[in-house]
Amino acid sequence: MITAERKPFEEILELLEGKEKVLVAGCETCVAVCLTGGEKEAEILAAELSIKAKEDGRTLDVDHISAIRQCEWEYLDAIAEKVEQYPVVVSMACGIGIQSMAERFPEKLVLPAVNTNMLGMPQEHAVWIERCGACGDCVLGVTGGICPIVRCSKSLLNGPCGGSHDGLCEVTGPNKEEIPCAWQLIHDKLIAQGRQDLLLKVTPPKDWSRSNSGGPRTMVKEEAKPV
Amino acid sequence: MADETTTAAAPEAVESPEPANEEPQKPIDPDFEPEIIVFGCHYCAYAAADLAGSMRLQYPTNIRMIKLPCTGKLEIIHLLKALEAGADGVYAAGCLEGECHYLKGNLWARKRVEYTKKLLEEMGMEPERVEMFNMSSADGPLFAQRANEFTERIKRLGPSPVKQAKKAPAAKEGTPA
Repeated sequence: MITAERKPFEEILELLEGKEKVLVAGCETCVAVCLTGGEKEAEILAAELSIKAKEDGRTLDVDHISAIRQCEWEYLDAIAEKVEQYPVVVSMACGIGIQSMAERFPEKLVLPAVNTNMLGMPQEHAVWIERCGACGDCVLGVTGGICPIVRCSKSLLNGPCGGSHDGLCEVTGPNKEEIPCAWQLIHDKLIAQGRQDLLLKVTPPKDWSRSNSGGPRTMVKEEAKPV
Repeated sequence: MADETTTAAAPEAVESPEPANEEPQKPIDPDFEPEIIVFGCHYCAYAAADLAGSMRLQYPTNIRMIKLPCTGKLEIIHLLKALEAGADGVYAAGCLEGECHYLKGNLWARKRVEYTKKLLEEMGMEPERVEMFNMSSADGPLFAQRANEFTERIKRLGPSPVKQAKKAPAAKEGTPA
């Protein structure tokens, strides 16, 4: 799923400076599952903004709503009636949802309340880890189901490098957490599967034009287009 | 009924969770009667409140109690909505830790209360306006003690900034856009 973290309250307040009528819009898909921008969190942010405005003696008409998915026109249509009543929308969806909202309601000022950070999975309850870089050229078939693009700090296709020690990467995560060496994991997995011959093959450079370095990507499925 | 750390103490003098590092004392307005919302669980806090009543114990009339099946039902938004509506303080009262009727509901509630304190700090409101207390159903005196302590704490903090703003709306503000 796509994961996101809420922006600091201070930053949201700055974005909303001088605004008097605001709708907080949650999204019930990925950001709800990662407990950042679902209906619950939208209601909490709306309550926070309301309390802060009352403390400051400001007038603020704030309410919240949630779309099933902010990244699809149909679900934006479903909340359009409410959105139309507010000149400013604070979206708690991922970057896709925020942009969809801004595109669907061009006359509204659509502001982000979250930072979209990764494509990840819940490793355990309330802990998410990155698992996919959406590189457009998947190598999981030859890496034992372990992605070297996002799980190796250098995104190496032929690892490990000299920075792998005792199964750990020399790099630590943003919160100083240890990162398992992806290539050690790949190595162990392929040996366990009896596929160690794959480790001797040199993987040529990937086609990065299929990743986001080639500009925004578009996917079309002609067979599924409405007739 | 006193816990192990205060063996010689009477039930009324159980160790207080009041924060020691109080801000410089503001003058307490003698006319200020705080409005305090209590979210109490059915199995312990509410029963303790009942017991306090049966024991004819005095506790402030400032508290308004809302019964929950378990404090695990308490959501962050419940605490915020109470404050938004003008409550001066809110606390949750659940079973003793490790003795929740639903096993861990009170531990979830504590986490939510702690998180709400952080939200209050973000909003520039005193985090002491929300709290989590634990008590058993036999803790009638402790229920009264916590109600007294919390009411005193809120009296020291003064009226909620939300309420103050309500009373004196800023003249500079225009009508909503």
